[in-house]
Amino acid sequence: MSDKKLVEVQNLKQYFHVGGIGKQKKLVKAVDDVSFYINKGEILGLVGESGCGKTTTGRTLLRLYEPSSGKIFYDGKDITKANMLPYRRKMQIVFQDPYASLDPRMTVGDIVGEAIDIHKLAASKNERTEKILTMLERVGLNSEHANRYPHEFSGGQRQRIGIARALAVDPEFIVCDEPISALDVSIQAQIINMFERLQQEMGLTYLFIAHDLSVVKYISNRIGVMYLGKLVELAESDELTFHSVHPYTRSLISAIPIADPIMARAHKRIVLEGDVPSPLNPPSGCRFRTRCPYATTQCAEQEPEFKEVSAGHYAACHNLDKVR
Amino acid sequence: MSELLLDIKGERLSFFTSVGEVKALNDVSLQLREGEVLGIVGESGSGKSVTAYSIMGLTSYPGRLIGGSIWFNGHQIESMSEQELRKMRGNEVSIIFQDPMTSLNPVFSIGNQIMEVILLHTNKSKQEAYDRAKNLLELVGINEPEKRLHQYPHELSGGMRQRVMIAIALACEPKLLIADEPTTALDMTIQAQILELIMELRRKLGMSIIMITHDLGIVANMCEKIAVMYAGKIVEYGTVDELFYQPAHEYTKGLLLSIPKLNATVHEPLIPIEGTPVDMLNPPAGCPFAPRCASCMKICLKEMPPCTYLSETHYTACWLRQSEAWQLSLAEGGDAK
Repeated sequence: MSDKKLVEVQNLKQYFHVGGIGKQKKLVKAVDDVSFYINKGEILGLVGESGCGKTTTGRTLLRLYEPSSGKIFYDGKDITKANMLPYRRKMQIVFQDPYASLDPRMTVGDIVGEAIDIHKLAASKNERTEKILTMLERVGLNSEHANRYPHEFSGGQRQRIGIARALAVDPEFIVCDEPISALDVSIQAQIINMFERLQQEMGLTYLFIAHDLSVVKYISNRIGVMYLGKLVELAESDELTFHSVHPYTRSLISAIPIADPIMARAHKRIVLEGDVPSPLNPPSGCRFRTRCPYATTQCAEQEPEFKEVSAGHYAACHNLDKVR
Repeated sequence: MSELLLDIKGERLSFFTSVGEVKALNDVSLQLREGEVLGIVGESGSGKSVTAYSIMGLTSYPGRLIGGSIWFNGHQIESMSEQELRKMRGNEVSIIFQDPMTSLNPVFSIGNQIMEVILLHTNKSKQEAYDRAKNLLELVGINEPEKRLHQYPHELSGGMRQRVMIAIALACEPKLLIADEPTTALDMTIQAQILELIMELRRKLGMSIIMITHDLGIVANMCEKIAVMYAGKIVEYGTVDELFYQPAHEYTKGLLLSIPKLNATVHEPLIPIEGTPVDMLNPPAGCPFAPRCASCMKICLKEMPPCTYLSETHYTACWLRQSEAWQLSLAEGGDAK
């Protein structure tokens, strides 16, 4: 891992228009003013509940959605308005649902080979075939799988195909968008280990998005926590899990059921009141204030600044001294 | 020890599909005592939900019972008529389904759906049922119950809908509550709320609970006994401590080693269970886990292992434990059922 920033977003905003025109125009602020960077060779985890904007962040970063405002940098170059074709070779994505993200009418070989064709990475048919087979082997499949169709595979195998497709163009950076949440528990560890092995072998950089903090903590160097379109806390993995400062992160960690009966009995859970507010109409000021046990009037009036609380540890909260 | 509430004896249930027979439950035996909280864990297709549905008498085409029996509170489910089953469902046994978005009827108000159960199973008048529904909403922690009774499911959030489902399930104070992955569709902080609520209600009302989940964290937090299912069989059963601290079946051990732990301070590599889940159309001849098992022996591929009892409450179906039992001449295994 180097100190060189590979990917960086500054004040990224992604608003979706969801009805109404003119003054009545309704906007969902899916991602609202998010800034972070990922160093080369680093794995940044992104966690949060459904609707918090983690997937949108990942997709906007790849410009699968055009950002409403903000800047995206790749390897020091501003790609917010750039032609993406050369960058698609370097930036790839693995999707959440291995059942929906593979074309059922293409063979596995063609699914993996499509990107090789688009970027003209193979000089001959033989070279193309060879490349496809290398990719399949790399993800634990074999040559006889190349002529089969997605429906012949189990969920875990399909996710391997999705990973082989992402790797086919020899990328530097991969957005892993909840790549294991659709898989059985006994298969999840296989896929996590594979992501880890590939990262080490190929020197990859990941943005690893998931809602399961234990998985994210296992694989990531640093973790960002999102709530209703905002980044609320960002720190090194261990720092975030053991010394979190934001009340939302704390309750999120506390809500995870510990798979250890003796520890579970001793554990006192912080149960948050209420539901996640609608992103159509988020609370004023700090968006977490409606569920926060420490909320004051200041929280309703003023949005907390996302600032450094200790070296490399950022959080957005007015009442950090009280939480501690 | 409290009374036996549920006794499943050698239940066999198959789905006869166009491509062949799927043995969804293959000789499943399970007991539940009054007031007990049992967790059933396993991956998708292992038969957890089918077990629950067969307790409710909800087996439908192309599924068919081909052997065994289920006794609930002294009555045999299989011999009950549809009318008797209707009397039992929602009254003595209730179920909460995984997805609160689809299990409530969108065209009836919340109040209507809660009152339906009460009016069906008791002699209460409409007014009494209405009051009871209001109390139930309060019980499950819903604010402004009067207002909510007149609302429709789409007006409520996922967590609220699951609370309404729990209110419906508890309307007639059932002896047994089956929770079939009740929090899988919910967010982490909402999951914590719902699990807390289920446990609080159990303390208040004292019903037995069967908790079906794939999350080992949830069973560690909530259950007293755990049954681990794999390919339509219970491969291990025991108290929560026995299962977590002395796991006997290789599948259980594998599961415990393959989940990342949040409180780990060193980066210990995960040990995955290799291979792919069983193809239920062509299950292996012997132990269904054998093809993925690191300690597989010759006999495992040929014959299904019998139950080996490791303590009064702990048993497993694994040839390794069986042979250990023989060696120790503790041959209380075999068909000790």
